[in-house]
Amino acid sequence: MTSATLPGAASPDVVHGRPSLLGDSVTLTQRSLAHWRRNPGPLIASLGFNIVMVLMFAYLFGGALQVPGGGSYREFLMPGMFAMTMVFGISLTTLAVSADMDRGVTDRLRSMPVSPLAPLIGRAVADMFFAVVTLAVMLLAGLAVGWRAHGGVGDTLAAFGLILLLRFALVWVGIFLGLVMKGQEAVAGVQTLEFPLGFLSNAFVSPATMPGWLGAIAEWNPLSATVGAIRELFGNPGWGGESWVVQNYPMMAVIWPIVLVAIFLPLSLSKYRSLSS
Amino acid sequence: MTAGNYAIVAEGLRKRYGDRYALDGFDLRVRPGTVCGLLGPNGAGKTTSVRILSTLLRFDEGRAEVAGFDVARQADQVRYRIGLVGQNAAVDEVLSGYQNLVIFGRLFHLGAKRAQQRANELLERFGLADAGSKPVKAYSGGMRRRLDLAAGMILTPSVLFLDEPTTGLDPRSRNEVWESVRELVRSGTTVLLTTQYLDEADQLADQISVIDTGKVIAEGTPDELKAQLGGDRIDLVVHNAADLASAAAQLRQVAGTEPEVDPDRRFLSAQVGHRAAALTEVLRGLDAAGVTVEDVALRRPTLDEVFLHLTGRRPQTAEEAEAAEKEKKAKKGKGRKGKGDESKSGSPRSENVEEVPA
Ligand SMILES: Nc1ncnc2c1ncn2[C@@H]1O[C@H](COP(=O)(O)OP(=O)(O)OP(=O)(O)O)[C@@H](O)[C@H]1O
Ligand SMILES: [Mg+2]
Repeated sequence: MTSATLPGAASPDVVHGRPSLLGDSVTLTQRSLAHWRRNPGPLIASLGFNIVMVLMFAYLFGGALQVPGGGSYREFLMPGMFAMTMVFGISLTTLAVSADMDRGVTDRLRSMPVSPLAPLIGRAVADMFFAVVTLAVMLLAGLAVGWRAHGGVGDTLAAFGLILLLRFALVWVGIFLGLVMKGQEAVAGVQTLEFPLGFLSNAFVSPATMPGWLGAIAEWNPLSATVGAIRELFGNPGWGGESWVVQNYPMMAVIWPIVLVAIFLPLSLSKYRSLSS
Repeated sequence: MTAGNYAIVAEGLRKRYGDRYALDGFDLRVRPGTVCGLLGPNGAGKTTSVRILSTLLRFDEGRAEVAGFDVARQADQVRYRIGLVGQNAAVDEVLSGYQNLVIFGRLFHLGAKRAQQRANELLERFGLADAGSKPVKAYSGGMRRRLDLAAGMILTPSVLFLDEPTTGLDPRSRNEVWESVRELVRSGTTVLLTTQYLDEADQLADQISVIDTGKVIAEGTPDELKAQLGGDRIDLVVHNAADLASAAAQLRQVAGTEPEVDPDRRFLSAQVGHRAAALTEVLRGLDAAGVTVEDVALRRPTLDEVFLHLTGRRPQTAEEAEAAEKEKKAKKGKGRKGKGDESKSGSPRSENVEEVPA
């Protein structure tokens, strides 16, 4: 019998290592990745959906839109699509978190000597892996329909960095929603967030053509900041605008995600902790 | 550590939700290596007490110790020494049974190698070795439950909490779970088990605590609880339904209390004082009244009757609970899809017994 097979249950000297936030986070990240290997369906569907969206917008609606400054429609389109897919990834995060809650897996983890932050970090890291995959597929789809980046290598990399930064911030929004809402409620809740966040922006429509207050909301939307900034970095056509926020999109594309993380990471952690009250 | 003689100690636990107390002065002491059955009607506070003792829930007042450590102040120490099996199998449906156990083992910080080894040991022990690489989705209800138990035992816990471990299981799977629990107890684990099934408590528990509206209202061994009701009971079945009334009158006269009558089964039952004398007297009286008796029995009270006596409510039977469970599921609109046949992977129970490590 090996030492730890049955450490006499009456004596609580169990054989185990020390708790470690890093180690637990790695284990839980691997768990999510193993999930996807076993069950890649939803991810493939999500990637497929994104490709279909690109094709639809590129070929179906292409003629209907007036490109600002008369540039290439597809070059105008793709930055909006890149950022949009990051927004629509929120639901994957939320559903995964709420499924663990509903099935009692979260309770099991909480009854184990695991740091409360580890399951959240594990979720966030796994979802960032998928975000990178999503973005790579979108990049290929964009190149296929004729989109090009015209900035330098540094600018292009910075643009992709901003897109992923937005995703990272939204992951924490998604985790929080998953912790506060249950099952079907979570699905509905996250969709009511995704649509306004996605479409009430400068991604496809100029905020200048919206009613004043709605246009202001659209300009201040974190998504708009990212889209505005990456259009500049890619050298793709954009709407432009006079307002302060539009003039400062590159800065706002960094500030917004930091603010969101600063709000939703502590909120999620405190929610996770207070599951016990 | 003030109560080294007990694996579980709860003193005056109170837990408030709004203006209602889910636990209202809950006391419990469980000796190491025994099974304590926590028996109570719906909403009595069973789950609340299990969640508190397994560090999942904070409480407002009182004190609790598990495996010698304070639940509130030494939660991490407690967590290394307990296993928890909640009411619903808390395993990852998408991953295989093996993957589930490896991940939980690593989260107990066993190290990757040892976690894999332990996963294989446990799959073997719970008769899941053949199904180990299949996704849990494909498991039957009984197999999931056993995987859940296995996950609760990765570190061979000092104390294992089981919240209604067999609700919704068929009798065969229920037996398998019981056998696993007995095996664990033989290896020294203390078990706190909540249940609505009286036969489950009777079968498994060394000690039963009856809980109602957040406190323990009676405790003792199953036999002691039955004895608390006092005397034995006489059950009668009369031949003609028409005789029910006069038989009831006879029984009332001897027992001095109103007998229970079930007209459909032409059945009567009453608690009596001196067993043999009462029996003779009842039969003589019935004979004189010309009542034909089809069957008669003198017996100890059942736990059902103890429960009714203590709480004023009859507990659910296994069938009723299952029906209620099914209704709940039907309302949710998704029936549980399990693999109908589990005999392939479930090893015979006798094998499990022999596998108990010394
Ligand atoms: N999160 C909560 N918020 C408000 N009330 C709660 C909460 N959890 C439990 N309660 C209440 O506390 C009481 C005890 O609940 P508990 O779940 O412990 O009962 P139980 O004995 O496990 O019941 P069951 O047999 O139905 O599982 C119930 O009246 C319940 O309504
Ligand atoms: Mg319960």
